[in-house]
Amino acid sequence: MERQPYSLFALACQAFAGHRGWKPAWRDAAPKERYDVIVIGGGGHGLATAYYLARNFGITKVAVIEKGWIGGGNAGRNTTIIRSNYLLPENTPFYEHSLKLWEGLEQDLNFNAMVSQRGILNLCHSDEQRDSFERRGNAMRLHGVDADLLDSAGVRKMAPFLDFDNARFPIFGGLLQKRAGTARHDGVVWGFARAASDRGVDIIQNCEVTGFVRDTGGQVTGVETSRGTILADKVGMAVAGNSSRVASFAGLRLPIESHVLQAFVSEGLKPVIPGVITFGAGHFYISQSDKGGLVFGGDLDGYNSYAQRGNLPIVEDVCEEAMALMPMVGRARVLRSWGGIMDMTLDGSPIIDRTPVPGLYLNGGWCYGGFKATPASGWCFAHLLARDEPHPVATGYRLDRFASGRVIDEKGAGAQANLQ
Amino acid sequence: MIIPCPYCGPRDTSEFFFRGEARPQRPQYEDGSDAFVDHVYERVNNAGAQVEHWYHAAGCRTWLLVKRDTRTHAFLSVTLASEQKR
Ligand SMILES: Cc1cc2nc3c(=O)[nH]c(=O)nc-3n(C[C@H](O)[C@H](O)[C@H](O)COP(=O)(O)OP(=O)(O)OC[C@H]3O[C@@H](n4cnc5c(N)ncnc54)[C@H](O)[C@@H]3O)c2cc1C
Ligand SMILES: [Zn+2]
Repeated sequence: MERQPYSLFALACQAFAGHRGWKPAWRDAAPKERYDVIVIGGGGHGLATAYYLARNFGITKVAVIEKGWIGGGNAGRNTTIIRSNYLLPENTPFYEHSLKLWEGLEQDLNFNAMVSQRGILNLCHSDEQRDSFERRGNAMRLHGVDADLLDSAGVRKMAPFLDFDNARFPIFGGLLQKRAGTARHDGVVWGFARAASDRGVDIIQNCEVTGFVRDTGGQVTGVETSRGTILADKVGMAVAGNSSRVASFAGLRLPIESHVLQAFVSEGLKPVIPGVITFGAGHFYISQSDKGGLVFGGDLDGYNSYAQRGNLPIVEDVCEEAMALMPMVGRARVLRSWGGIMDMTLDGSPIIDRTPVPGLYLNGGWCYGGFKATPASGWCFAHLLARDEPHPVATGYRLDRFASGRVIDEKGAGAQANLQ
Repeated sequence: MIIPCPYCGPRDTSEFFFRGEARPQRPQYEDGSDAFVDHVYERVNNAGAQVEHWYHAAGCRTWLLVKRDTRTHAFLSVTLASEQKR
């Protein structure tokens, strides 16, 4: 398929031609017999992996195999927040690498992913919390990441509508990362798909992986799918909430539980929320989309689930937190809510590593923070698949860290599947 | 979700605490660290019927053994954890 670059000039030409000349952005491929690398999962991570395999390593005999349609999983269900305000040295460089990739992504992909660095403000509600934010901000600055600690007057200037003198959760200040923000999730999927397809990657939809092909030595040499057997030298899993399920086809058990996370959007409103704001006394966050809808969410439902929909107690909980933080939202109507299946690891941090099964690689455990990781996750997984060694910013994301005691406990709360 | 508690009858999930997969007993010291890693971190995480523990915190305060389909949230059976076979 001939590449059709997107530009103002192309748009103008198309406008005069009645927009009849646009071609499909990427090829919907049929499976071939064999590839160098198969990536299972057509979410953001799988597509980014395929793109960077082609772009950074010249490996173009690559297939992305997706059981439904690309972007139908968490990539198209998240609340689109991107940031790198992490505390631990295993995390900060990785997420900062990702944020830097976001900053140049649209030029690189030639696709408008609507990356908007509108900032993220984490609010604190006690002296202790302010101390911990100060520590996190300092850790970020030591890694060259921007961070500003605001007092309550500084917060008031940005977001005067917050309930500052709330009797239970007064606002003491906040940690601001100005370079954080949001991006359009579907756009990210389509942009990576188009750029990967342009470089020769096959994107195969409606093709569910149901098992692995293994040789007598146990090495994975391909996948069984609903559209037949497809062979490959290496197979990478990037199936997010389905990680345990797909890994079980190779007899593996992972330190992952699947949980449902819900999100909500209100009717469209005039611009009111300046960036992303998070509530520190519970778990609630909110931003406003360019269309005007307030996009918000909170905690996991709290039980294992593969259902992609949640229950009412969390709806109530999230709305109560919204009211505690900014009572003005009580007058907006909720338009929709939905759920996605999170691959929650037992320390809240992801895994990008080889598995004990030769030829099989794992990218998973993104919990509910994997959207912001999309470019760096693809970048590092492609590195691992191409070179058979971890990328320098992802060396902590080992599968065996649970056995060796090198867990990455960003929250400092021990082994639970509700961290991140 | 409504959980049919054997003592209290059908009750809203917000009254319950989810503990996770109803796994066998905690390993013994002699079983070694692999057994502990498995017990603390590894999960089957089945997509389908899963046997799990729930605690009726805001009700009879009993630990329950629940069989539930993780794909549909349907409760297949609810019995007392104290009667669980080890
Ligand atoms: C409500 C919600 C809010 C979130 N908010 C944020 C946020 O604000 N910021 C942030 O950073 N992150 C957020 N996340 C997390 C983020 O969306 C995920 O961590 C990330 O999208 C996971 O990577 P992915 O895009 O590759 O996953 P997915 O899009 O889920 O991709 C996995 C794909 O694998 C496919 N698949 C599964 N099994 C098979 C099989 N057997 N064969 C073939 N294909 C298969 C699935 O169909 C799916 O398309 C949120 C998630 C949810 C649900
Ligand atoms: Zn009861």
